[in-house]
Amino acid sequence: MKISYFYSTPIGKKIVMAVTGIILFIFVLFHMLGNLIIYSGPERYNGYAEHLRKLGEPFLGENQFLWIARTVLLIALILHIHSAWAVSKTSWDARKKPYHVYSPVQLDYAARTMKIGGVIILLFVIYHLAHFTFGFSWAHPNFIKGDVYHNVVVGFSVWWVSAIYIVAQLALAMHLYHGLWSLFQTIGITANKKRDWRRNFAILFALLIAIGNISIPISVLLGIVK
Amino acid sequence: MKLKLKIWRQKNSSSPGQFVDYTVDNISPDMSFLEMLDVLNERLIEEGKDPVAFDHDCREGICGTCGMMINGVAHGPLPGTTTCQLHMRHFKDGDTIVIEPFRADTFPVIKDLIVNRNAFDRIIKAGGYISVNTGSAPEANSTRVAKSIADTAFEAAACIGCGACVAQCPNASASLFVAAKIAHLNILPHGQPERRQRTIQMINQMIEEGFGSCSNFRECEAVCPKEISVDFIAFLNKEFIKSIWK
Repeated sequence: MKISYFYSTPIGKKIVMAVTGIILFIFVLFHMLGNLIIYSGPERYNGYAEHLRKLGEPFLGENQFLWIARTVLLIALILHIHSAWAVSKTSWDARKKPYHVYSPVQLDYAARTMKIGGVIILLFVIYHLAHFTFGFSWAHPNFIKGDVYHNVVVGFSVWWVSAIYIVAQLALAMHLYHGLWSLFQTIGITANKKRDWRRNFAILFALLIAIGNISIPISVLLGIVK
Repeated sequence: MKLKLKIWRQKNSSSPGQFVDYTVDNISPDMSFLEMLDVLNERLIEEGKDPVAFDHDCREGICGTCGMMINGVAHGPLPGTTTCQLHMRHFKDGDTIVIEPFRADTFPVIKDLIVNRNAFDRIIKAGGYISVNTGSAPEANSTRVAKSIADTAFEAAACIGCGACVAQCPNASASLFVAAKIAHLNILPHGQPERRQRTIQMINQMIEEGFGSCSNFRECEAVCPKEISVDFIAFLNKEFIKSIWK
């Protein structure tokens, strides 16, 4: 009952949004780091992809870690979206008549685009799964199951596909810039205003994730990874 | 100074309202914003017209009664200042100033620039009492409070309940107000006995009134005339968790 009361309140939903955001952030960080292995060649990269299936052995069987991770991520994603939708609705209902003239003082671009940014990232994730995980023929021109290196190089050779990925990573960086700072505030962790480590943390990881991920399509287009 | 004013005029809460243009002349830069409106109203009264209704009381920046959106910012362009303490020297001769009431569904317009902020009173009421002995004044040193705690509690207690945080928030959230009110008692030893129930009851009332949620936009602290920090909102969130699960 405490849980249902907690989640019925906007503060509770914001805390759920922050905690699921941390889970999704950790995934995105390791996803980026893992993909950087592409720079050490096809064997190592395909080996890494194969190794993910065996992670946790001998405690877990083949693919079990992967399915646990997928389940946790899916639940986190659903809660992240549901809480975001619900608190947005509360806020939209709180001022139905907008101002004729409104001048924000310190509201930044990243903060005000969290909702639309989130929608863009969600659409991208769906496309990304169709492209590299399921390898649907409409999404990928020559998908070979198990040959991850080949799929990435062929996939990113199409310039506009790479462009979609780059734009999506910029949207993700913006989302992380506000989210990674904001989550500390939401779970009650404050910092010195003048030297706010939470801001530096957010900038560091937003940039790290965006640059790491964007480097891959660019390297493919430049022929560094082929 | 000569100024053009675009002021929101609304007869009552049920009429639609619209902007009306006025021009005021011979405004001294040393006048407060409200004195400038007084000049306009004196003229309107002489002309037999309805003066612009706005809330004001102490005109010293300490009561929290005045407040309006001035060029789209609650209490106007000067940080840490109520409307009554904003002086005309912060505007330029010939400026056009747009004046609108605080807008939130929880703050319905009563007339022109006056809004009903009873929702705040109901949140305070929901907070209830604190257990202190009545009778003669207690011995000053019987409840010791560390200087740093007293200072933090005072920063929160500086809230005058003007509603600028709600007005400026893109979400019309009352988080800063509720956070300040909860913090100022929850930090002090006097507020401990009812700490949890006060937190839950005030948050429940905030929700029931229909205020928006906090998106950490930090617009509230930017316009708060008492410069109350959004750190108190982080404190509020922490208090909420503790009140449920401690």
